[in-house]
Amino acid sequence: MREIFTVANKEFHDGLRNRWLLSITLIFAVLSVGLTYFGAAASGTVGITSLSSTIASLASLAVFLIPLIALLLSYDSFVGEQEGGTLLLLLTYPLSKNQLLLGKFFGQGSIIALATLLGFGASALLLFIQHSDVAILETFAYFILSATLLGLSFIAIAYMISLVASEKSKAAGVALITWFFFALVFDLALLALLVGTDSGLSQNLLTLLMMLNPADIFRLVNLAGLSSADVNGALAVAIKANLSQAQLLLILLGWIMVPLAIAAVIFKHKKL
Amino acid sequence: MKTPLVSLENVSKHYKDLSALSAINLHLAQGEVLGLFGHNGAGKTTLMKLILGVISPDSGHISVMGIKPDEKSAWHMRAKMGYLPENVMFYEQLTGLEVITYFARLKGHSKAHAKALLEQVGIAHAMARPVKTYSKGMRQRLGLAQAFIGEPKLLLLDEPTVGLDPSATAEFYQSVDELKTQGTSVVLCSHVLPGVEQHIDRAMIISGGKTLALGTIAELRAQANLPIKIKPHGLNGSLAHDRLLQPYLHGADTLYVPEQEKLTVLRQLLFDDSLRDITVESANLEQVYQYYLAQVDKIKMPSQSESDSENNKAGA
Repeated sequence: MREIFTVANKEFHDGLRNRWLLSITLIFAVLSVGLTYFGAAASGTVGITSLSSTIASLASLAVFLIPLIALLLSYDSFVGEQEGGTLLLLLTYPLSKNQLLLGKFFGQGSIIALATLLGFGASALLLFIQHSDVAILETFAYFILSATLLGLSFIAIAYMISLVASEKSKAAGVALITWFFFALVFDLALLALLVGTDSGLSQNLLTLLMMLNPADIFRLVNLAGLSSADVNGALAVAIKANLSQAQLLLILLGWIMVPLAIAAVIFKHKKL
Repeated sequence: MKTPLVSLENVSKHYKDLSALSAINLHLAQGEVLGLFGHNGAGKTTLMKLILGVISPDSGHISVMGIKPDEKSAWHMRAKMGYLPENVMFYEQLTGLEVITYFARLKGHSKAHAKALLEQVGIAHAMARPVKTYSKGMRQRLGLAQAFIGEPKLLLLDEPTVGLDPSATAEFYQSVDELKTQGTSVVLCSHVLPGVEQHIDRAMIISGGKTLALGTIAELRAQANLPIKIKPHGLNGSLAHDRLLQPYLHGADTLYVPEQEKLTVLRQLLFDDSLRDITVESANLEQVYQYYLAQVDKIKMPSQSESDSENNKAGA
C-alpha cells in the first residue's frame, strides 16, 4: 500500500508541476462557464440558459476534450520511463508491476478527477447561485461523475498503448488514432449503419453497439435525462434506451477496469 | 565456509535466436567485490538483470540471499539490493533531492536518509536544483546515491565510473572499499578501467555470453602467463650483446620476460655497474583482458561449427 501511495503521490505532483492540473481545470472552467452564459447566443439571448441545453452543449464538447486530455496526460507514462531507464530500475525495487500501475493510475486519475470537479463544478455553482434549484446540482453531479469516469477510462486505455509501444513517438501516434476512432469514426460508422440498413438495426442493437465506446456511454448518461429537442444525431434514437443512468455508469466503470486489467497483463509479459 | 550471497549454477539465457548467456557458474561471497568485464553485448547487463530477478533464466539455478530472485517472495529482499543501470535518465524536472526521496520512500526510507546519501556522494549543494541542470558527473553521482539507498547487502553497478572525474572516481572506489568492510558484496560491471584492480577481489571476463576467465587477478595473470616488462636505464645498448638477455629484447632497451625468468634476468641486470634505475611492470588488467579475448578468437576458428551448431540461423 505504501508503494502505491508513493508512486501516486509522485505522479500527482508531476501533474501539479507540469501545470496539467491548472491547464485542465482552466479549460474545463472556461468551457463550462462560457457555455452556461453564452450557450444560447445563437438563439438571440445572452445570459444563463436552460439546464438541459447547457448540459447538452457541455457533453458534446467534453466528449471530444476529455479523452484527448486523458490520452495526452498518460500516453508516455510507461514508454517514457522505459526510454529513460527508470522503468527497469523501478522494477528492481520492492515494488510489483501492479503496484506501479495502480500508483500511476491513482496519481494521474486524481489529476483528471480534481480538474473535472473544479472546472465543471464552477459552472454548477454559478448556475445554482442564479437559480437555487437542487436539480442543477444533481444533474451536474452526474455530469462530473461520468466525465471523471470517462477520463479515467481513457487513462487506462493510454496505459495499454504506453505499455505496448516501444517508442514514445509511436505511442503518441497510436494515442491520436485511438482518440480519432472513439471520438469521431465510431459514431460516423454507427450513423452509416443506421442509414445503410433500412430496417435491420433495432434500437436494442444500436444501444448495445454504443456500449462499445466509452465516449458514447458518457453521452448517453448525460443526454438520457434531457428533452430530445436539445439532442441530435444518432443519439436521439438511442436515448429512449432502457438503460438507467446507474447501469450506464457501471458499464463506464467496466471501461476503466477492463483496460486496466489488460494493461496489467501486458505489463506482466513485457520484456525489459 | 559461508554460504554464498549470490550463486549461479549453469545459468543460460536466450533471446530468440541469440544466446545471451550460456552455462554461467558464479558464486559471490559476502563482502566480496567482483569485477565483471566484457565488451558491449557480452552479456554483462543480462547477468545483472538475472541476479536482480527482472528476467528469469531459461535453464540453471540462481539464488540470491537464499531465494530465487525472480520469485514473488523475493520482493522484500530487493530492499537489500542496490542497482545502478548503465544509462538512466532520472526525472529531469524533479530536483535531485526529490528523485532520491522518491526512490528512498519506495524502499521504506525517509527524506533524511535521501539527504544523507546526497551528501555522501557530494552533490548536496545541488539537491534543490532540477536534474536537467546536472552535468554528466553529477547525474552519475545521483545514480550512485540511488544505488546506495538502504545500506544494501548486494550492489550491482553497471559502468559506475563513467563520466566521473579522477577525484570523483577515487572517492567512488573509497566508498566501495567502505561498503566492502561493512560486508556488502559488490559486482562492478565495466569495460576494463585503469585503477579498478586494487579494489576488486576477483575478476570475471565474459564474451559472447560465455565465461572466459574467473579468478583473482593474480590467478588470471598466472594463467595467462603474460611476460613481465623490464626496463633498465643507463645501460647504453649493452643489452643487445648480452647472450642471456638478448632473446627477450624488444626495441632498444625493453625486455619482455616470462614470469619464471624474472629473477634470473634481474640478477643478471644488477651485475652491470652502469645500471642507474630499473622498472618492472607485471601485465596489467587491460593486458590480461586482451589476452583472454584474443584466446577466444583463436579457439573460435577451428571449433566454430561445434559451438554455433545450435543457433546457425543467427550466425553469418
